Amino acid sequence: MARVVVDVMPKPEILDPQGQAVAGALPRLGFTGVTSVRQGKHFELEVDDSVDDETLAKIAEGFLANPVIEEWIVRRIS
Amino acid sequence: MKIGVITFPGTLDDVDAVRAARYADAEAVSLWHADSDLHGVDAVIVPGGFSYGDYLRCGAIARFAPVMSSVIDAAKGGMPVLGICNGFQILCEAGLLPGALVRNKKLHFVCRDQWLRVENNSTAWTSRYEAGAEVLIPLKSGEGGYVADQSTLDQLEGEGRVVFRYVGENPNGSRDDIAGVCSANGRVVGLMPHPEHAIDALTGPSDDGLGMFYSAVDSLISA
Repeated sequence: MARVVVDVMPKPEILDPQGQAVAGALPRLGFTGVTSVRQGKHFELEVDDSVDDETLAKIAEGFLANPVIEEWIVRRIS
Repeated sequence: MKIGVITFPGTLDDVDAVRAARYADAEAVSLWHADSDLHGVDAVIVPGGFSYGDYLRCGAIARFAPVMSSVIDAAKGGMPVLGICNGFQILCEAGLLPGALVRNKKLHFVCRDQWLRVENNSTAWTSRYEAGAEVLIPLKSGEGGYVADQSTLDQLEGEGRVVFRYVGENPNGSRDDIAGVCSANGRVVGLMPHPEHAIDALTGPSDDGLGMFYSAVDSLISA
């Protein structure tokens, strides 16, 4: 068994209104100095030894992320 | 003339889509997401709603439903397919249409009657309209911002594949005011607004949407 993390983020050129809304709220909460926020998704997968890196790449590119609008990183963490 | 209408878990607008098909004198056939059999239909509507709760991304899970494998194959063979709202998102996720739909620019869910301009009246779903006609159709979506990379946008414009454009203020941040696009052969069309809600002045802001369903029937008769 292993734990795999997949982080998915909107591409830099894609408008991220959710991140902008978070960034806009911070000054109202008294937190200054945060100049930008981008919001994405974080997946944690528990996989057995039959799941190789090629399969993980297919899962990330073909399902967890949409390559039209998002970037992703696959990491084995244990 | 049989028009199939797919129901996924979380679909909302299948009943209105069935009604619209019947208004256009087609036989409406309900298709179930888990059944890969298209039951001999001549065209397919992928209706609006929140398939699979919009989990992961809008349309990302519905795109892998058994019925969609058959729809993708049929579309590649030239069957007319119309994706409305969530259906448009599903067709983009499935790769039948280019681009993607993202959260509205101002985050608000938009629900209003929206003027659109018909930019391409040579598709299987828009032949009943005059080129440049302006139609009033309800728009109701939270993730209706159409995006694609610049080369794709340039290609769509160059090939006349922008089918509908928003008139007036852009409601959701869509690139180039794009409300709907089509496949290279003009048989697959997707749009965010809801023509099936505008088929009778009694129940909608106009009957401007009805032309889309008549267009499909025309294309099937002439085929």
